[in-house]
Amino acid sequence: MAVSRMIGASVRRKEDPRLITGAGTYVDDIRRVDMAYLEFARSPYAHARIISIDVTAARALEGVIDVFIFEDIKDSAGPLPVDAAPAEDMLKPQRFALASGKVRTLGDPVAAVVADDRYVARDAAELVDVVYEPLAAVVDVEAATEEGSPLIWEDLGTNVAFRTLAGTDGIDDALAKADNVFSFRYVNQRLIPNPMETRGVVVEPEAGGGFTMWSSTQIPHMLKDRLAEGLGIPANQVRVIAPEVGGGFGCKLNVYAEEFVTALAALRNNVPVKWIEDRSEGFLATTHGRGQVNYIDVGVNDDGKVLALKTKIFADLGAYYQILTPAVPTLSQAMMTGPYDIPDGHSELIAVFTNKSPTDAYRGAGRPEATYFVERALDQTARKLDMDPSEIRRINLIRADKYPYVTPTGVEYDSAEHGTALDMAMEMIEYKDFRATQAASLNEGRYLGIGMSSYTEICGFGPSDDVGIACWESGTVKVDRSGKVTVLTGASPHGQGQETSFAQIVADDLGVPFDDVIVLHGDTSIIPYGVGTFGSRATVVGGTALRMSTDKLKEKARLIASHLLEAAPGDIVYEDGAVHVRGAPSQRKTIAEIASEAHEFQNVPRGAGIEPGFEATSLFDPDKYTFPFGTHIATVEVDVETGKVRLTRYVAVDDCGKVINPMLVDGQRHGGIVQGIGQALFEAAVYDENGQLLSGTLMDYAIPIASELVWMETDRTETPTPNNPLGIKGIGEAGTIAAAPAIVNAVVDALKPLGIDDINMPLSPQNVWHAIQAVANGAQEPS
Amino acid sequence: MKSPVSVTVNGKTTTANVEPRFLLVHLLRDVLGLTGTHIGCDTSQCGACTVFVNGRSAKSCTMLAVQADGAEITTIEGLASDGKFDPVQEEFWNEHGLQCGFCTPGMIMSVKDLLNRNPDPSEEEIRHGIDGNMCRCTGYQNIVKAVQAAAKA
Repeated sequence: MAVSRMIGASVRRKEDPRLITGAGTYVDDIRRVDMAYLEFARSPYAHARIISIDVTAARALEGVIDVFIFEDIKDSAGPLPVDAAPAEDMLKPQRFALASGKVRTLGDPVAAVVADDRYVARDAAELVDVVYEPLAAVVDVEAATEEGSPLIWEDLGTNVAFRTLAGTDGIDDALAKADNVFSFRYVNQRLIPNPMETRGVVVEPEAGGGFTMWSSTQIPHMLKDRLAEGLGIPANQVRVIAPEVGGGFGCKLNVYAEEFVTALAALRNNVPVKWIEDRSEGFLATTHGRGQVNYIDVGVNDDGKVLALKTKIFADLGAYYQILTPAVPTLSQAMMTGPYDIPDGHSELIAVFTNKSPTDAYRGAGRPEATYFVERALDQTARKLDMDPSEIRRINLIRADKYPYVTPTGVEYDSAEHGTALDMAMEMIEYKDFRATQAASLNEGRYLGIGMSSYTEICGFGPSDDVGIACWESGTVKVDRSGKVTVLTGASPHGQGQETSFAQIVADDLGVPFDDVIVLHGDTSIIPYGVGTFGSRATVVGGTALRMSTDKLKEKARLIASHLLEAAPGDIVYEDGAVHVRGAPSQRKTIAEIASEAHEFQNVPRGAGIEPGFEATSLFDPDKYTFPFGTHIATVEVDVETGKVRLTRYVAVDDCGKVINPMLVDGQRHGGIVQGIGQALFEAAVYDENGQLLSGTLMDYAIPIASELVWMETDRTETPTPNNPLGIKGIGEAGTIAAAPAIVNAVVDALKPLGIDDINMPLSPQNVWHAIQAVANGAQEPS
Repeated sequence: MKSPVSVTVNGKTTTANVEPRFLLVHLLRDVLGLTGTHIGCDTSQCGACTVFVNGRSAKSCTMLAVQADGAEITTIEGLASDGKFDPVQEEFWNEHGLQCGFCTPGMIMSVKDLLNRNPDPSEEEIRHGIDGNMCRCTGYQNIVKAVQAAAKA
């Protein structure tokens, strides 16, 4: 009996029954006996010296258990961890879990209050009396580098944290060889990730020492190790559980001050302690994304062939490093030439401290910024050369026969068919027809635009020694004596659906029913090793680890069967969840029978090198990266009276290699695209000159809602990667990377008749209206 | 300072003594242990806390528990009956209308309210109907599909 293939099937998710009934357990749903609640007193200034802290009134409030500040914990917790160091001479300021001496960003935690009730804890936090001496705030990333700027870390003498160079030598000569050199400046605004579940932590001290932490995190194992190191507690006494996690998008790929402080609060008082971040608190305390200013010089011949790109990137780090803060903008450098065959490229990165929340990974992490500046620059270049945007792309896209392709920044791309994706997307959107409609509509005073974005991105990070952080993932497959399968994965999914897709991979390879497989994750005491879910890596790396484990089990099954069926191991065939002797299908044992034999261990010969039990664990560290790619095209109509942009169509052709579950892949694409739309049209972390966050609540920060969006029309090509046995490339971030430039290109295209060349994101009615007025008033030169 | 509040939640009547400032969502979650109703913001934007109060959807983080005195409340835990999912739940599952699941209970309650008021909504009506509920994972497209399918169920 053939078992139908599970890889490639759009099966319903195993996760959903508990989530649609409200039975999922997120951090705030965890209750422990005698649990106390923690709240923070946070800085109302972006930059200030702490003169004094008086906690007397807070401590006196009935119900308050403990109030503590930096001085109380300085001997219990080391500096917060940073896991990336892209430059040897990178400045390394030390930051502690509570502010010491100075506050450097709005919302810096200054004191922690523990009480027996949420409401009392909040009241007490407001009673913490801090006297500050406000200092001038450093807000603008470029001004921060200038002589005379206020310094965030005075003892370091500069706000420039590090500089890195990437790419080919002699870039100015390369540019000079081109017929034209065009220069552009783009702003990739700060975004605030805002998963629907804010962060939260529960810590319960264990009687024998150490503690259990439940945290809304993407990386329970990394968190466990960093907590143990930072608190001086043996790692085997720290258990971290990522329960149901309500989205992450990179901002929960971190180790946070609040995790240390909540652990300390629990240990100091020997009670379970819960801290749940408020949404408005999260706007300050959780990492932001993007925050770059990009200068780009394009050396291009009159025929549209781009010979050289030179970029200068100012990256706004915020006031501190979180664990991967320094690494994110280096990805913009690495990916600066996108999917284009550009012989020379060079990038200078200037990474800068400002008095703002730290930036770190946010869906795409460095690749959206690179894709944005390349795709915008190509559109502006095409306009200057009087070419269609599709034409300049077609001329410069890397041809399929050039793969593997090494970029000027030294990145080796695996495989792609860019031209096919571009053709398909243009066909889907009826590109030529749209151009005709656009021209006709303009005569009626309607401003229609079309914009595209061809992209490639980098996923499946590895090898670890090249990346500079652990990039492997673990996968355990256990078959119990009844033939049911339990999968353990170190990738800690939080919405991506790996309980389903990983079950598909294992069911498919072992040939067992999908319903017989369950996937466990997110508990460091159950999962032996793990790294986490981020960077579109979980299926690429974690899925491959599982595949390695099922291979091991199949080999073991053959070995056991060779004894039971009295045939040479080479003559045992594994097929459809059973083993049989080649040419004799009736001489057969199911995997359940083999597993039972392996567990009972009565009929397996000794001395044959076979251990009892039927499970395998594998750790996969990729040798090479993977590179999803595709083309997205958006059409818009702009109301030039109000500046309002209306999305009219959105087409996406993506290639993520082989696909495990098309329904889940499309779900990732939809969500990713809408976060890109959010950046293009709605979202921005807006600061005033004092470093106050003006868009600091969901009332002020516009994340996309359903009525602002458009139906996404999706198709795919399938170019497997040679870099892992499943041929998969990753899909989590592609939509976000592609969407923003496509939409901005469309809006600028719509406004071309008015002479508008560029508008900074987000393209809110206000920003678009101002751009239109500026041109009308002669402030911007028509092209 | 505390005053008694009596609510009937998913058919079961409970009385609790609460402070006037105590939020309905905390009554549901922390007192009654019904943690399917979530808290996603502090400004009434996100809708993760949506429940039914006297037959209409309401954001339970924006109501004081004392305001709900005497009310009939339905939460996500009260939606399935006789071991069978409500059609809206079933179609969210079929159409992959959820990823992380955090917005899902509130979203489902809002969709129930929408379909009660408008059993055959257009795509535009669906999108406007769920504008008070934010989802950061799905881009809403599969939620729209799920609502369309539930309307037909």
